[in-house]
Formats: sequence, C-alpha cells, structure tokens
Amino acid sequence: MLGLLPVGFLDSAPVQHALVIGGFAAVVAALVGVPTLLRGQAFVTDALAHVSSAGGALAPLIGINALGGFVLMSLAAALGLEAAPPRQRAERDLQTGAVFGAGLGVAALFLYLDVTLPGGSGNAVGVLFGSVFLLGASDILPAALAGGAALALLALYLRPMLLASLDPDLAAVQGVRLRRVGLAHLAALTLAIGLAAMTVGAVLSTALLVAPAAAALVLTDRPARALMLAAGLGLAGMWGGILMAWQSYVWTAGHAWPASFCIVAVLIGLNLAATLGRGLWRLGRRGAA
Amino acid sequence: MIAGIFASSWVAGSIVAVLAGVIGFFVVLRGSVFAAHALPLGAFPAVAAARLWGLDLLATVLAFSVLGAAVVAALSRRTRRDIATALWLVLMLGAGELILSRLQGYSRAVYGLFFGQLLGVTPADLHMIAGVGAVAVVLVLIAFRPLLLSGLSADLAAVAGVPAGLLDLVFLTLVALAAAAALPAVGALLAFSLMVGPASAARMVCDRPLPGLALSVALALATVWGALLLASATGWPVGFFVGVAGLGLYVAGRLAGRGYAPLRR
Repeated sequence: MLGLLPVGFLDSAPVQHALVIGGFAAVVAALVGVPTLLRGQAFVTDALAHVSSAGGALAPLIGINALGGFVLMSLAAALGLEAAPPRQRAERDLQTGAVFGAGLGVAALFLYLDVTLPGGSGNAVGVLFGSVFLLGASDILPAALAGGAALALLALYLRPMLLASLDPDLAAVQGVRLRRVGLAHLAALTLAIGLAAMTVGAVLSTALLVAPAAAALVLTDRPARALMLAAGLGLAGMWGGILMAWQSYVWTAGHAWPASFCIVAVLIGLNLAATLGRGLWRLGRRGAA
Repeated sequence: MIAGIFASSWVAGSIVAVLAGVIGFFVVLRGSVFAAHALPLGAFPAVAAARLWGLDLLATVLAFSVLGAAVVAALSRRTRRDIATALWLVLMLGAGELILSRLQGYSRAVYGLFFGQLLGVTPADLHMIAGVGAVAVVLVLIAFRPLLLSGLSADLAAVAGVPAGLLDLVFLTLVALAAAAALPAVGALLAFSLMVGPASAARMVCDRPLPGLALSVALALATVWGALLLASATGWPVGFFVGVAGLGLYVAGRLAGRGYAPLRR
C-alpha cells in the first residue's frame, strides 16, 4: 500500500509534520463539525473562522503562536455572540453578520499593521489561506493541547449537545443546562477552528469543519456513525490533499498548487461523491422495490 | 492626482453604499445574511481569473456571481441552505487561492479583494460600478412588491401567487449584482458590512418599508463617508471603519429599537 506513494513523500520532514498535525486537526474539526451542523451553525462556523483571521494577524504583533491568535479572536467573537443572544431566532444571523463584519474589519487593520509596523510579517496569504507544509515540530505541542481540550469538551458534552440540537425543549425537561452546553460547544468550536486555521488558513478552515460532517450526515442518521464517518472523511481529505499538493509539483513542472486549495478540493470532492453515491443508492433501491 | 483618486473613490463608495443599502434591506428582511457574505466573496476567483487570463473583468465577475447564486439556490433544495452556501464559499475561496498563486503580487491582490483598496479606484472601475448598480436598482424597482411580500411572509406570498423559487433566484441575483459592482474596487468585506449593519439598524428602528429603505440607504452612505474621512485621516484601512461601524449600527439599532417588530404593510 505504502509502495504506491511517490518516492520521498514520507521521508520529507515538512510532509511528516503536515500529515501528523494536519491529520489531527482534520479529525478534531470533523468531529466538532457534526454537532455543529446538527445545531444548524454552519454560518456561525464560517463567521468565527473568518474572524479568527484577525487573531492570526494579531499574533505576530504581540508575539504569540498563530494558533493562540486564531483561537483567541474566534473565542472573543463567540463570547460576544453568546453574551447578548437575540430575542428571536430569526435575528441570530443578523447578529452573527454584524460581528462577522467587525471581525473582518479588525483583521483588515491588523494585517495592515503587520505590513507597516516594524517586526510585522505582512503575510495576508499565510493568515487567510495558511500553508500546511510550513508547520514544524514546535507546532505539535500547542496543536495537541488545543485538540485535546476540544475532544475532552466533546466527550463530556456530546450527549447533551446532540439532545439539545435535536430537541431543545426535551433537553430542557431532561435537565440539560442549555447555556452551559452551548458554551462548551462554542469553546470546542473555536478550538477546532483555530487548529483548522493553522493548517489551511482562517478562511478555508470552514471546509474542515463543514465538508466531512455534511457528507457524513448525508450518509447516516446515527450520531455515532456520523462521527466516525466524518473523522474518516476529514482525515482522507487532509491526507489526500497533502498528497495532491506534493504531486502537483510534478504535474505543473515546478509550479506546485497551494496545499490548502488541494485539501479543500479533495474534501469537496468527497462530499460530492457522498451526496451522489447516496442519491444513486436510493434510486437503485427504489428501482429494486 | 491624489485629489482625483480620492474623488473617484468617494463616488465609488457612495454608489456601492446606495446599492448595499437598498439590497441590504431585503437581505435583512429575508434573513439571508450568509448569502450576502458568500456571494461577494465567492466571486473572488473571478477577479483573479480575469487578471490572470486577461478576461473582461465585469463579464467574468458577473458570470461567477450569478453562477454562485444559481448553484446556492439549486443546492438548497437538496441540502440545508447554510451548508450549501458554506461549501460553495470554501470551494470558491480555494479556487481563488489557486488562481491568485499564479500571479505576481499575490498577497497584495488577496488583501485588496478581501478588504478593498478604495483609494485606488479608477474611472473604468467607476463606470462598471455605476452600470451594474443601475441594473440592480431597476431590477429592485420591477420586483419591489413581490420581493417585499415574499420577504415578509412566504405563506402570504404563496397566497398572492408569487412564485417563491423565482423570487429567491431574483433576490440572489440582486445580491450577486451588488457583489459584482462592489468586489473589484471596494472588496468583499465592505460590500458585506454595508449590506448588513445599516439595514439591520434601519429594520429595528423603523417598521414601515419605504422609510426603512430610505434610512438603510442613508445610514450606509453615512458609514462610507465617515469611514473614508477617518481612513484618510489615519491611514488605516477603510474596511476597518466600515466593519466596526456596521457592528455599532447593529448594536445601536438593538438598543434603540423594539427588537424585531413585525413590519407594517
């Protein structure tokens, strides 16, 4: 099996780091993505992901790790959303949109300051689109801490999260503390977004959370199966994308495609395949019956 | 020279503000904030493609944003709309990254398309913004009543014989037009913030359609003018002031308004 991989692929240190950190980030993001989509929070995810770019731009200004920056800013936005919940559900998207715009504005400012202030990196592409091959051994510990915390929150609160997303009234009757569960979910979500942003950049991190989870939820109704499928699809998308980026160096005679594009392309491809496959299977079953 | 550039950015910003104020009113009414975000940003690879292959900018951006509107409208029949929108958006952003990575000055171009470079608007940009803006306004005038009705109540619109699917496509096309007008010159962030902040404040303090629409446009204009002034005074990006003002307007609207009062007809 490993013999099918291109020569030198697994021997390259950047590839090893990318496979380990990227794979871990993809699994955490896909797992967190399942309850997130069940709660109908694809837009909030995208908003927090884009807002996290402000943190990525802030990190070099105040001298912290990029992952810390991403998590800090999306957590701040998440707490802002949670602090003043709108009176009506219909208004939630408006509030998200307003925070979203402000967060992107702050990102614009920090990226500008990155360029103009001494010591800033001015790396708009790095913050927004990331580069999984630039991860190093020093990123492993922060990634493991953030991912471990997200998985711990998920393990502790998964059942009430799922119950609250499927039927909030029933959950309340059963004694689920909706607010605490909501906060735990947001914390796990921001940690997963930070990890995903570290590997594919802030604005593409949505892909790691939404695409595998959406595909898994198309394929099965059972939460446990959906979680396993999502993790598998996320990992396949990440590793497939890394391999594709590595190979694109050969296909394009040296002008390799950006790794983040490749990862997103494979993830979306898997999502489309799942949706199409499910549709064909249903058609076939209807034909047989 | 500097004054000339500044004047054209002033005009461009004002046209985009009027457009965003009008279309934002319907965005808020229908609660389609995600579409207002995803369509401008989803047209991002179009600008990149036009630059790389020397295509006509307006035609490419229009084609991409209308395609985006159609894909989102079609996909949302099969899956949940927010998921369809998110997947479309990340695919387009990834494609934009791929195309832009073939260009010189990659990082600068990315920054400009996201956050705008309003101080570099050319007369050609201006003609394009004005042309697309005029088409969008005519479309709004033609479809005003059905758009309002279907935004207020899907049931009511169905009773009145308004085709919901068609109206949805018209609405998304409007957002796409605003996106096409705004993206090349002022960036996706500005277009989005201007569609959400002023309109949501207007919606919360004013419960009649026409005054609400007028207030939305006025607030959008005030936001752009204030942001341009502050940006030229500080040298900071315009998008920062527009984004923060959008949040400020939303918060002010919530504090001043009655939340989400039913719109009087």
